[in-house]
Amino acid sequence: MVVASTAVDLARIQFATTSIYHFLFVPLTLGLGPLVAIMQTLWHRTGDEAWLRLTRFFGTLLLINFAIGVATGLVQEFQFGMNWSVYSKFVGNVFGAPLAIEGLAAFMLEATFLGIWIFGWNRLSPRVHLATLWIAVLGSWASGYFILVANSWMQRPVGYKIVDGEAQLTSVWALLSNPFALRAYLHTMLAGLIFGSIVMLGICCWHFLRRREVGLFRRAAKLALIVAVPVTLLQLIVGNRFGEAVTSAQSMKIAASEAQWNTCQPCGFSMFQIGGFTAEDQTPSFSITVPRLLSYMATGSFRGEVKGLNDLQAEEQSQYGPGNYMPNVHVIYWSMRVMAFLGVLMFMVAAVGAWLYWKRKLETARWFQWTAIVAIAFPFIAATAGWILTEMGRQPWIVQGLLKTEDAHSPSVGTAWIAVSLGVFVSLYLVLGVLDFVLMRRYARLDRLASSEEMPAPAVTY
Amino acid sequence: MDLQVFWFCLIVVFWSGYFLLEGFDFGVGMLLPFLPRTEPERGAMFQSIGPVWDGNEVWLVVAGAATFAAFPAWYATMFSGFYFALLLLLFFLIVRVVSFEWREKGESPRWRAAWLWANAIGSAGIALVWGIGLANLIHGVPIDSNGDYDGNLVDLFTGYTVFAGIAFVLLFAFHGASYLTLRTTGGLYERVRTAARWLAVPATVVGAVFLIWTVAVAVDRNDKDVFPVVVPAALGIAALALAALLAFAGRSGLAFTMTAVGTVAAVATLFTGLYPRVMVSSTDFSNSLDVPGAASEHYTLAVMTVVTLIVLPIILVYEAWSYYVFRARVTGEEVHPPTEALARPSSGSPSS
Repeated sequence: MVVASTAVDLARIQFATTSIYHFLFVPLTLGLGPLVAIMQTLWHRTGDEAWLRLTRFFGTLLLINFAIGVATGLVQEFQFGMNWSVYSKFVGNVFGAPLAIEGLAAFMLEATFLGIWIFGWNRLSPRVHLATLWIAVLGSWASGYFILVANSWMQRPVGYKIVDGEAQLTSVWALLSNPFALRAYLHTMLAGLIFGSIVMLGICCWHFLRRREVGLFRRAAKLALIVAVPVTLLQLIVGNRFGEAVTSAQSMKIAASEAQWNTCQPCGFSMFQIGGFTAEDQTPSFSITVPRLLSYMATGSFRGEVKGLNDLQAEEQSQYGPGNYMPNVHVIYWSMRVMAFLGVLMFMVAAVGAWLYWKRKLETARWFQWTAIVAIAFPFIAATAGWILTEMGRQPWIVQGLLKTEDAHSPSVGTAWIAVSLGVFVSLYLVLGVLDFVLMRRYARLDRLASSEEMPAPAVTY
Repeated sequence: MDLQVFWFCLIVVFWSGYFLLEGFDFGVGMLLPFLPRTEPERGAMFQSIGPVWDGNEVWLVVAGAATFAAFPAWYATMFSGFYFALLLLLFFLIVRVVSFEWREKGESPRWRAAWLWANAIGSAGIALVWGIGLANLIHGVPIDSNGDYDGNLVDLFTGYTVFAGIAFVLLFAFHGASYLTLRTTGGLYERVRTAARWLAVPATVVGAVFLIWTVAVAVDRNDKDVFPVVVPAALGIAALALAALLAFAGRSGLAFTMTAVGTVAAVATLFTGLYPRVMVSSTDFSNSLDVPGAASEHYTLAVMTVVTLIVLPIILVYEAWSYYVFRARVTGEEVHPPTEALARPSSGSPSS
């Protein structure tokens, strides 16, 4: 790791905390949104009231999460300027544009139409009311695209030139069609759908276990499985293809994620290893390796060459001057594995669930119901690991090859202030996280839906 | 028109949109602990802004992101320089945002009271911080030759800036009360009308003093002539005075129009007084950030101009439509989905 001043480290911890926290809620919104919209569409088409009840039920869970996603999103936007003013000046010309477009073209749409949907049940015709939800979903998915365009520019800068020490946009088309961004977008949206469907499946199984409203949740489970099986499978393929994009843009990240110290051809994929994570200890004392698999994952060919950390370090030193250009190999190696193994596991859960559903055993197989409940945690852990891999794997750069993290923070913000703000945010996130979990758990019990009309103020419930 | 100037104007438009719309949400929030007496009335207060507050808040997201994109140096210096103020702002923002969704998700009176107060304090706090923050742009803060903030927390608090914060709080409270006179019924409506009358005079007087003081600060500290800054200031004072008269006359619709005009005029006064600077330096005037120095390159601005010219009219149409959909007065007695459908159990009803 680069030895950085404390202010930079604290600012990084604060940004990481907010980003990880933000991304616990956002993908659930991205994934539950279309699922709820599908349910309401089914109600609209069939007139079957079970779908209306499910729309209401999962819609409430969606909204509890949406609120906290919005709040942490604002912190994200403000933090660039607050903690990373040098970065903000350096990238504003390029990076600011997709953020501004996101606000204007996407988030405005999502927030306005979600508000109309929540309160519009009795005011709009069913058809228009249904349309408002789909428009809100469209807004949230468009929003994700522009955010990932901005983030991908930090991973693989395109369509710019450097003038007077600042990046200037030269081609908005290159920015928007950055191949890195398109793959990252697909990968992230699939992650959202995995969040939505796996969480939904887990909640359905919880109700099967409690023997509540089995008929109702059987429908929801079917929908969740129809989405989860193809999407988890597709994600394995897309995640792999995304790895190839990373290889071409950030060879160091891939080498670190495999703890691959020496250039190899063909390269085996290390499933598990003990040791081999530092420059002083490059050879693992124990490892399980699948021959040629890494070559395939990183290059698309079973005979591909993957450059090792030592060679890349030497290359970057000759290009950028003396310094350590390797990220923390230990963290990157394991975050990659946590993400990938959980990805496979989630596909297996979905596939077994679908098989049980087909055999009409889903409502009775208690062992699977417990598994699916535990699996609710998987997408959250996998997404967190994925972002750690993406962002920590880019270090020491904040913008790959252009600006180092240690040079990008706000000179006017002292260590003490960052410590204070970090304390405030962490305490706030902890309290809100606990309350969110309590609320979600409460509203995930169906009995509350039945009794919701006896609440003291039904007037404003949504 | 020069694209840099055009984008300065657009930033003013975004801030105006934010305060015009979210301003009355803040006002409704601040009045929450004082006006409603029953749970349905509290629900009605929340419901009066429930469908729209989130869309209103996006104007802040847009103002922030547009500043980042169009004036990176302004965004960088302002957001890092006002670090503590923005930390406080984000704290208020988060608890307030969450209070909208979460308050009615619990039944205990303590839970509901806590989130109601979170909304009220958050609303007042946000108004106060923005008043102080924006007033500091024109009053000036220490900026070094590198364009970085070079002061401490205390530098943000002066007589003028604190007064601006208080003016924002009062102005939005009055704006929110005017809004509620259009949206409530029954006993709550009577109390809202009284509140609007109580707030009318202090909001107008404090608002007028703030606007005159802003003109003086622009002349004194930002090298401006009285004209044209005085034009939006005079318009703002006239609008607020008219709003006060109309509130007493019981002309709710016109009174709300006038508080809206007053709010926009206040934003316009601040930014007219600021131009061509975007942040005044109090230590060495030549260190002030100005529009050409802080702006992005022509290409970035041109791209965003195209996007904005296409998208902004669409936004105005659908936001207007959302207000049209929810134009009816709120009684706090309605449930969203067709309730009879929910009452009917489906095939596998609860067994225990």
